[in-house]
Amino acid sequence: MARINLDHIRHAYGPNPKKPSDYSLKEVHHEWNDGGAYALLGPSGCGKTTLLNIISGLLQPSEGKILFDGKDVTNLSTQDRNIAQVFQFPVIYDTMTVYDNLAFPLRNRRVPENEVDRRVTEILEMIGLSDRAKKKAQGLTADQKQKISLGRGLVRSDVSAILFDEPLTVIDPHMKWVLRSQLKRLHKQFGFTMVYVTHDQTEALTFADKVVVMYDGEIVQIGTPAELFERPKHTFVGYFIGSPGMNVLPAKIDGSSVDLDGQKVALSFAPKIAAGAKTELGIRPEFVRLGREGMPVTISKVEDIGRQKIVRASFANRPIAIVVHEDGEIPSEPKITFDPNAINIYADSWRVGGEA
Amino acid sequence: MEKTWNNKAWFMVLPVLVLVAFSAVIPLMTVVNYSVQDTFGNNEFFWNGVGWFSDVLDSDRFWEALGRNLLFSGIILAIEIPLGILIALNMPKKGFGVPVCLVLMSLPLLIPWNVVGTIWQVFGRVDIGLLGYTLAALGIPYNYVNNVFDAWLTLIVMDVWHWTSLVVLLCYAGLVSIPDAYYQAAKIDGASRWAVFRYIQLPKMKRVLLIAFLLRFMDSFMIYTEPFVITGGGPGNSTTFLSIDLVKMAIGQFDLGPAAAMSLIYFLIILLLSWIFYTVMTNSDAQN
Repeated sequence: MARINLDHIRHAYGPNPKKPSDYSLKEVHHEWNDGGAYALLGPSGCGKTTLLNIISGLLQPSEGKILFDGKDVTNLSTQDRNIAQVFQFPVIYDTMTVYDNLAFPLRNRRVPENEVDRRVTEILEMIGLSDRAKKKAQGLTADQKQKISLGRGLVRSDVSAILFDEPLTVIDPHMKWVLRSQLKRLHKQFGFTMVYVTHDQTEALTFADKVVVMYDGEIVQIGTPAELFERPKHTFVGYFIGSPGMNVLPAKIDGSSVDLDGQKVALSFAPKIAAGAKTELGIRPEFVRLGREGMPVTISKVEDIGRQKIVRASFANRPIAIVVHEDGEIPSEPKITFDPNAINIYADSWRVGGEA
Repeated sequence: MEKTWNNKAWFMVLPVLVLVAFSAVIPLMTVVNYSVQDTFGNNEFFWNGVGWFSDVLDSDRFWEALGRNLLFSGIILAIEIPLGILIALNMPKKGFGVPVCLVLMSLPLLIPWNVVGTIWQVFGRVDIGLLGYTLAALGIPYNYVNNVFDAWLTLIVMDVWHWTSLVVLLCYAGLVSIPDAYYQAAKIDGASRWAVFRYIQLPKMKRVLLIAFLLRFMDSFMIYTEPFVITGGGPGNSTTFLSIDLVKMAIGQFDLGPAAAMSLIYFLIILLLSWIFYTVMTNSDAQN
């Protein structure tokens, strides 16, 4: 278990990177607390796996340093870093039994056999494969194989951190839920530092204390699920977190008044905006009120998703989503108002000003 | 599901049947026909039963040749399979070196058998060959024409040079199909280089190795052209393999009956041994 520091890490896969777009991973400077559960969330190709492989030592960063508990490990090999990592697709050793597969990382490190047995039996119990311990791993189904991969990651008790690279992609939904809660329980019990890469926001939000949202090779926001939901720092976080994502509307801002293509909205603060910046107003569909007063909208579609309804409408010539409670009435001449505390203002996609 | 019976379908397989009949079944049956008959010329044939078979099986000449075949196949398999794996493991996995290595590896495979034989026949000659002359100049006695050991050595080195590439290419194909995640996981698990080979690479190469093994066994067991060109079966009978003996008998002495009987025995041996290897190797797979 360790505190991990990423000191101005950058990575480019090609040689001689010059401009920022040459880097798959733009500058990351961050500290991961010992015993924290972090989720790296972002769309495919945003650099989250690159960052994970840099932490585990499978990749050497082009620039920057990595420190475990203050010790520089940038040039140490994966073996010497004492890291466990679970990959997206199951990796099993075909010719070994399930038991030997789980014992492999321990035996390679010359752990005494009685300790191996204790750890392996415990993990077998946890992943529910005790009855198959003596069978060859070859004949198992994909999700059983992935459970073995997970088990190999968890079997060592002394690791600095456990890294998960979208480990539940091949597991079916029910099992996903079970394994996720087991991981969470293990984390509470042993206090591993865990880093969990995923593109599934539900997975990230349920697993982690802190969610790290990445976009285009950069960390755009690190925060608790609530922070990401209420105060997205970047319009991308607004889109990516939440279903449906945040409404982002182009806006002209003058002092504390916002002009949305003719519709005026008053703010409780006056954001400071640099001249010439592209300004936008962001509001979550959950905080748009549909009623008989306010600004007019034209409803194009209502999606009933059970507990609530999602109203797709057109407002100020832009599409907007509104979440209405399942009993909520939809008036014949619909108008909307925004919850003033839930309005975020963005300049060049980054959130500005006046904390509510 | 209802099966549709339509006898016209047989016409569809007819071309294949005709082709196989003319290329394999009919020639084989001709051999079977010769093997059970005797002739004194004039195209008159007499029934001889299993006479030729017992003659062949009773002759020392046959057993000695068979022994040489088994020894030769054994030696070249013992060299080519491990050497092929070793080279494949050390070939580059990406970059500029890949096509270079692949072309270099494929070159020996593209040379016809008799040309390979001729190359080594000249290469090893003491009077003009690069190898033979150099060795002689260095004072190392080497002469494949009159020394049994040198003759065998030449044939084995030649076969290794000619065919190890095949094993390399097959193993390489098996190796590059292993996803990177396996090597990464092995690093994370702290596996040694040997453990990576033993638990990842070897199991993944198993199928291609089976094919490589069978191909090299069958091919080396049927070796004919190269010893015929290089040593002509000599010195003495020391490199007379079954195939060379067979041709001597059938074309040299024109003993069609014994030659036919011997071909059939030869064929059955290859079939039997291949079947045994295949069964043993796939069985160990199934038990896993």
